[in-house]
Amino acid sequence: MQDKRFKIANREAFIGVALVIINFAIWYGFAYGLGSGNPSEYEFVFGFPAWFFYSCIAGTIFMIILIWISIKIFFKEIPFDEEEDKQ
Amino acid sequence: MIHWSVIIPLVIFLIIIFGIGFWANKQVRLSNSFLQEYFLGGREMGGFLLAMTMMATYGSASSFIGGPGVAYNMGLGWVLLAMAQLPAGYFVLMILGKKFAIISRRYEAITLIDFLKKRYDSNVVIVLSAISIIVFLFASMTAQWVGGARLIESLTGLNYTVALLIFAITVLVYVIIGGFRAVALTDALQGSIMIIGTVILLVATIIAGGGMDNIMNSLMQENPEFLSPFGSDGSLTPLYVSTFWILIGLGVIGLPQIAVRAMSYKDSNSLHRAIIIGTIGIGTIMFGMHLIGVLARPVVPGIEIGDKVMPTLTLEVLPPILAGIVLAAPMAAIMSTVNALLMLVSSTVVKDLYLNFVNPQATDHQIKTRSFWVTTIIGLAVVFFALKPPEFLIWLNLFAFGGLESAFLWSVVFGLYWKKANKYGSISSMVVGLTLYISIDRLSPHVFGMHTVTLPIMVSLVVFVVVSLATQHKTKPHIF
Repeated sequence: MQDKRFKIANREAFIGVALVIINFAIWYGFAYGLGSGNPSEYEFVFGFPAWFFYSCIAGTIFMIILIWISIKIFFKEIPFDEEEDKQ
Repeated sequence: MIHWSVIIPLVIFLIIIFGIGFWANKQVRLSNSFLQEYFLGGREMGGFLLAMTMMATYGSASSFIGGPGVAYNMGLGWVLLAMAQLPAGYFVLMILGKKFAIISRRYEAITLIDFLKKRYDSNVVIVLSAISIIVFLFASMTAQWVGGARLIESLTGLNYTVALLIFAITVLVYVIIGGFRAVALTDALQGSIMIIGTVILLVATIIAGGGMDNIMNSLMQENPEFLSPFGSDGSLTPLYVSTFWILIGLGVIGLPQIAVRAMSYKDSNSLHRAIIIGTIGIGTIMFGMHLIGVLARPVVPGIEIGDKVMPTLTLEVLPPILAGIVLAAPMAAIMSTVNALLMLVSSTVVKDLYLNFVNPQATDHQIKTRSFWVTTIIGLAVVFFALKPPEFLIWLNLFAFGGLESAFLWSVVFGLYWKKANKYGSISSMVVGLTLYISIDRLSPHVFGMHTVTLPIMVSLVVFVVVSLATQHKTKPHIF
């Protein structure tokens, strides 16, 4: 007997994996994509080197918004206790 | 020299924490299920509490004292590395998530080891896990207490022993009498102080440095590499930084002090809120504190000992009362880590060892007195060792994070999501993970330029899967 709640739980765990991969790609991609050149030729955004701004500041804010949206859309409310399960 | 105006906010902070301990003790005495109340706070945590206790347990002395000190010397590259910790806010809760919540209730698990015990049905798993928790976390507690005492010593001018006793008594009293509920509630206060302190100090540092453009210019003039992702000495290679992500991104799931929190919340809604609040909190602290370390360089130049950067900067750029509030942050970080570890080691001894092997028929009253005594004795033992920390404890502490991750990560994850996972897989992956981790750390910490924890985690994954599959005929697939 497969508990229906586990299907929901498994899907949410997959969303966690997807989010962490996106997180890694943004963080790593901007840092070494924009930051590998000579520091004296860096562009600056709001006073920060561009790689740092996009990887650590904008990337973090983007992730928080993405997490918030995924929870609102995909995460379901399910009971944790056994008795409620049988109803 | 004693700075009174700095000390007053710290004292007020300690008094409030005492108050919380006594209030929680009332709940412990009223509760009809002592074990669940004392070690899990009755599984009643809401979203805000859960987020704060995860964040405060995770954020330790190194986030507030050690980390900014390294950032001071390494530049923005170290902030990049620190931001690898952002997933700690959401990944653990999403992966362990609802499945862990449902199963730990079904198994009536109070500790992480309870879960492993019911899942793998093996005494070897219990003993191996209990030993690694007790050994590593005892060492790590000692190191945190030494850090806490040194911080009080440097802020107040009291001598080390007195500072240690003040710190120890505060923590011991509220943890022993109040249990997990006191720990979670004080974590909420401590976590809030950590966030507020970070924001105040970041703003004050930017102002003291004459604005961001100005600070970046000074850094550029001193050494342009302060602004690069590779760090001032070029040591932060893409490979090292991305494998460091494994220690944090994947590995945190394997930390028992974090995992046990993922079975203590009330309902789905608490989980959802905690993920969002926790991610924002961890993001703010990790980004803020490490960036502060970099920005401190032009503001308070020439600091040679990394650990002094944060306290020196705070006293320099803030008026005394605000400095007191900000300096309560590292103190809060240390306390909130120590209290979680103390609770966990105590629950391991009482619930996992005493109740499993010594006296399975213990009465409620016996469990209660044993829990108080065990917590007290462990706490006092830590104080004793922290007075003059022996070499081997310092040595063990270096392995605590990686060691626990190598030991537990796959047993927890596969235990939840793979029905073919069995005790042989779990035991062999624990043994291989731990031995490999300690030997790589001893012999060649940066093997192939990767972070120490990378190989043990990869190898113990393979071992787990291969051994489980090879021993399928000996055990039945697990039905949850």
